[in-house]
Amino acid sequence: MDSMTVIAIASIVTAGLTIALGSIGPALGEGRAVATALSSLAQQPDAATTITRTLFVGLAMIESIAIYCFVVSMILLFANPFWNHVIAQTAGK
Amino acid sequence: MRLSPDGMIFWQHGWIKLNGTIVFTWGLMFVLAVGSKLVTRGLSTELTRSRWQNLLEIVVTGIEKQIADVGLREPARYIGFLGTLFLFIALASLCTVIPGYEPPTGSLSTTAALALCVMAAVPLFGIEAEGLGGYLKSYVEPTVIMLPFNIISELSRTLALAVRLFGNMMSGTMILAILLTITPFIFPIAMNALGLLTGMVQAYIFSILAAVYIAAATRGRKAKSAPIQGNSA
Repeated sequence: MDSMTVIAIASIVTAGLTIALGSIGPALGEGRAVATALSSLAQQPDAATTITRTLFVGLAMIESIAIYCFVVSMILLFANPFWNHVIAQTAGK
Repeated sequence: MRLSPDGMIFWQHGWIKLNGTIVFTWGLMFVLAVGSKLVTRGLSTELTRSRWQNLLEIVVTGIEKQIADVGLREPARYIGFLGTLFLFIALASLCTVIPGYEPPTGSLSTTAALALCVMAAVPLFGIEAEGLGGYLKSYVEPTVIMLPFNIISELSRTLALAVRLFGNMMSGTMILAILLTITPFIFPIAMNALGLLTGMVQAYIFSILAAVYIAAATRGRKAKSAPIQGNSA
């Protein structure tokens, strides 16, 4: 296998694994966050706006982790420097 | 596949490029500035007022209340910066209903610029509230050993702000583009609606996080002597 094939295989497999494994943690975390928020809402309905606002801020922070994995995956697929380098080399030849 | 509006080149002269990000950003700025100017031309304090003035008042008082809830004591001082952040990002996301438009916040340059503005604003507001010595002292707050960690946390929160907004906006437009090549009509509309929702949530998150960082920088030593009472978030 020449280096072009190796780079292509590695990029594709890594991109898939990144987003697959990277979504597990944030999903579990967000589930726990919403569950706790719902139980506190049931206990103290008066603080609904505060709880909702804090919940959304917390969810955004947790979501960022999944977004980081997504961005890495996109870079591997669409803006891959190693692939661009190899393509430029073969185009130059 | 185009990752961001940076790829839409409208006009080019040598290395000077007029790409989609710049055009849409200036379009949004134009709409916000000219719209507000037109609405506030005939402000009235009577009971009858134009519906546009009513709308702007709802928006402004809503943002003020949110800023006060976060813990900043004089919202009027910070609403210029925080309100602009919220309105720009929210309008950038709302305009996706216009065909041919791509949100400029889907480009890492725009979100990095906004995050750098927040990174510059936090020390400025902190120095204004605490004085230069007081603000610098907050970096060695628990002990001197925390100094590198505080600096790193400052840089990483800026990076997180930029990448969070960029990732959310870019993923929305990219999912839409991919779906349009697979199932043309119904599903992409649902995804567009989801994209609008996440756009508004991200605008809110960005400005609330900026407000929280500024509150942490300006509250400083006062929090040590007078613990926060009440139901501030």
